[in-house]
Amino acid sequence: MSLETITSGHGETQQSVPSHRYRIARRWQLVSLPIAGLVLLPLLVIFSGWLHPESEIWRHLAETILADLVVNTIILLLGVMFGVLFLGVSLAWLTSMCRFPGQRFFDWALMLPLALPAYVLAFVFLGLLDFSGPVQGQLRTWFGPSFWFPAVRSTGGVIVVMVLVLYPYVYMLARSAFLTQGRGTLDAARILGLGPWATFFRVTLPMARPAIVAGTSLALMETLADFGTVAIFNYDTFTTAIYKAWFGLFNLQAASQLASLLLLFVALTLFSERRLRGRARYDENTRGGRPARIVLNGRNAWLATLFAGLIFSFAFLFPLIQLAFWSWEIITEDLDKRYLTLVANTVTLGISAAFVTIIGAMLLAFARRYSRNTITRSATTIGTLGYALPGSVLAVGIMLTFTGIDNFLQSVLRGFGVDVAGPILTGTIAALLLAYLVRFLAVAFGPIDSSLERIRSSLPEAARSLGAKPVMVLRRVYLPLLSPGILSAMLLVTVDVMKEMPATLLLRPFGWDTLAVRIYEMTSEGEWERAALPAITLVLAGLLPVILLVIRSSKSTTVAASTKATQ
Amino acid sequence: MKNDSKTLLQIQDIHCGYNRMVVVEGFSVDIQEGELTCLLGPSGCGKTTVLRAIAGFEPVTHGEIILNDIKISSPGFTLPPEQRCLGMVFQDYALFPHLNVIDNVCFGLHQHSRQERKYIAEQSLELVGLSALGNRYPHELSGGQQQRVAVARALAPEPELLLLDEPFSNLDVELRERLALDVRDILKERNIAAVFVTHDQHEAFVMGERIAVMQQGRIRQLDTPFGLYHEPADRFVADFIGQGRFLDGTMVGAGTVETVLGELTGNLTYNWPVGCPVDVLLRPDDVHLSEFGEYEVTITDRAFRGAETLYTVRLNTGEEILSLVPSHYDLPVGHKTGITLAVDHLILFQKT
Repeated sequence: MSLETITSGHGETQQSVPSHRYRIARRWQLVSLPIAGLVLLPLLVIFSGWLHPESEIWRHLAETILADLVVNTIILLLGVMFGVLFLGVSLAWLTSMCRFPGQRFFDWALMLPLALPAYVLAFVFLGLLDFSGPVQGQLRTWFGPSFWFPAVRSTGGVIVVMVLVLYPYVYMLARSAFLTQGRGTLDAARILGLGPWATFFRVTLPMARPAIVAGTSLALMETLADFGTVAIFNYDTFTTAIYKAWFGLFNLQAASQLASLLLLFVALTLFSERRLRGRARYDENTRGGRPARIVLNGRNAWLATLFAGLIFSFAFLFPLIQLAFWSWEIITEDLDKRYLTLVANTVTLGISAAFVTIIGAMLLAFARRYSRNTITRSATTIGTLGYALPGSVLAVGIMLTFTGIDNFLQSVLRGFGVDVAGPILTGTIAALLLAYLVRFLAVAFGPIDSSLERIRSSLPEAARSLGAKPVMVLRRVYLPLLSPGILSAMLLVTVDVMKEMPATLLLRPFGWDTLAVRIYEMTSEGEWERAALPAITLVLAGLLPVILLVIRSSKSTTVAASTKATQ
Repeated sequence: MKNDSKTLLQIQDIHCGYNRMVVVEGFSVDIQEGELTCLLGPSGCGKTTVLRAIAGFEPVTHGEIILNDIKISSPGFTLPPEQRCLGMVFQDYALFPHLNVIDNVCFGLHQHSRQERKYIAEQSLELVGLSALGNRYPHELSGGQQQRVAVARALAPEPELLLLDEPFSNLDVELRERLALDVRDILKERNIAAVFVTHDQHEAFVMGERIAVMQQGRIRQLDTPFGLYHEPADRFVADFIGQGRFLDGTMVGAGTVETVLGELTGNLTYNWPVGCPVDVLLRPDDVHLSEFGEYEVTITDRAFRGAETLYTVRLNTGEEILSLVPSHYDLPVGHKTGITLAVDHLILFQKT
């Protein structure tokens, strides 16, 4: 999902806009409210189901699947949490605080798995390691048919896949926290008598806690929102149950009840994150320069290389090779007109969604700039909260909303004597674009808002004092200065939309198949190699924002290094 | 002030404020064509708000602003900044980072043809002595150069009135004075009026023909630099402008006052009753050190300033006053010497 939410993390800058133009402020406040409304609407619709609880559905759900869903979800959350914490923190510590062979390479290479959608890694793993796959087959020819291999399509399997895909969130945030810690505090701890390990556990780690908590929380949000992976593993969670209730039983009410329960888990995760971050402030303090790296020697050094290498291989390298291999096998067969239509659909959807989202994000960012009151601020917070909504929940909420609007419109039209059979809004591209807008608004808001914050208020004022009308100020001052932010928002949203699976699956208009939908269709029939071509396309597209991120994070470390040089 | 010149800008009793907080209260000033007016005051006194109200960035809640006989601000009406045809130089220069120097200067010339624009921009850059740097980007310029570009950009559309918001405050002291002189010369040469805001009195003295000293949103005194220094209207202005110390005194006649330094008489008259207690302002340049002075003093502190030295001396009665003398007159702390007074403008304030 949101690479940007983890990198920007921009705090409220207390730069006050010196102008006190109420009317303008009020106008912008009015702009921010409907955007927040768009995010709130599907939520309200889902929770309004609780006002008329249909005990029938509840009883049915409770008797059949509810207990399993809750237990499965909790096990998955705990497994992923421990997994990403262990991998993310240990790898970040190795690459940012130690020196070992390959450390410079792994420093950025360990971010690459972010480019893989979880469902892609999932089917590659099953394809490789399942009973009928090449690995077990080879092992059986070597060691005989009774050779034992752990069950791949299992709870453990899902957790391993999720951890391998999601650990970069923790890795990246912990890494930048470690890099910006500065030598001062660590030196102080050593002078006060702590050994290196005690220093790590009592100073380094607690100081990086907010970053680690934030990264873990992002990984858990992704876990809750995930549909593709659990579907491939046949591991029942709320997202798969919502899908089955909707498409299997055609029971939108049940889907809505399930969605509301999933939202409770999301809220709980968000709430624990806020609590765990605490009130303490952890400022970047690079004064005194970066601490000297711990040089690992001999066996330890090679163990570190082996560890980082294994994770990199399993999370990125092997899956990519396997995908390339499969794609090559079927390329003559599958690289046809149908595939090109899929790509065209996917890119069209991605770019139109990015366009809509960027306009929304710009309106919200301008509203925040020109009207810094509580109402606008909460509208901004709500508007950017959509990234926490799982795609399937969003789909249910929007579907219910649009159905309601359709019914209303039909009855109004009937009042005028016009009889419209069938849906008006539901099943149109509008529903899908709205879902993308709500879900990815925060992704676009991050880079655009931070670009906007960097434009001092005197620049547009200078333009106006030189005779430029507001439209011209927008065209000649704001847009050129915002363009880097807009471009990276464009890239991030487009790629995120291309990878999005559950909302697309549930809301797409008839005939609008995308690469992600194709992957779902192929994998649900176990035809792994036929999912490879769309998957490798998505991975290559997904690499673009990750490369952007890697470049940016290497820049920020050089900045830290140059501040060190000047001090 | 010339009487034949035309009034360019009238600010009549304006009030500005927000959230029930009044920032500017009852501010009035008339500005003639080509006149350089300075708004001087401590930070937070409302001087920048007045400037922004003239520019059209702040509304007024009372009073009106009239430019060339056209009302441009009144309660509920604010002519947009872009329609006011004023030039403005911002404190942070506000150069557009995505445009090079020439394009920055051309920004305000959108009504001209391409060739005219280029010609005017080059002229403006020549005026500020930067013709060679047209292709540079703002971040490739020094602070002083950026400042000059900002002036060139504001002057290019040939405004009749230039507004400058703390234009030199980001520069180091030496550069500050030279640039202030340069800008003043340019403005005088082209007969462009200017209103500029500063908290630095030296800057104000260099550039301002008239200076409005402001405090808490009001004008305390509007006068020439000479008038402010030698005839401050109240104790705030006396404290804020220049240096000096107060002595206790008692009126003994119109314009004569009895102090520990005897009876002092200046060329100003005060119609206060005899016996009225007053504060007497002594400027450092009113006090001369001399071995043969009438009153004995002890030097308690000295600050070497190059051409002059500012001495703090204590009278035998305990009061301390300041004396500014040429620096070749070199005396150590603790030395006993004498003083003579040369008080032309005797400045008195009634004790409250």
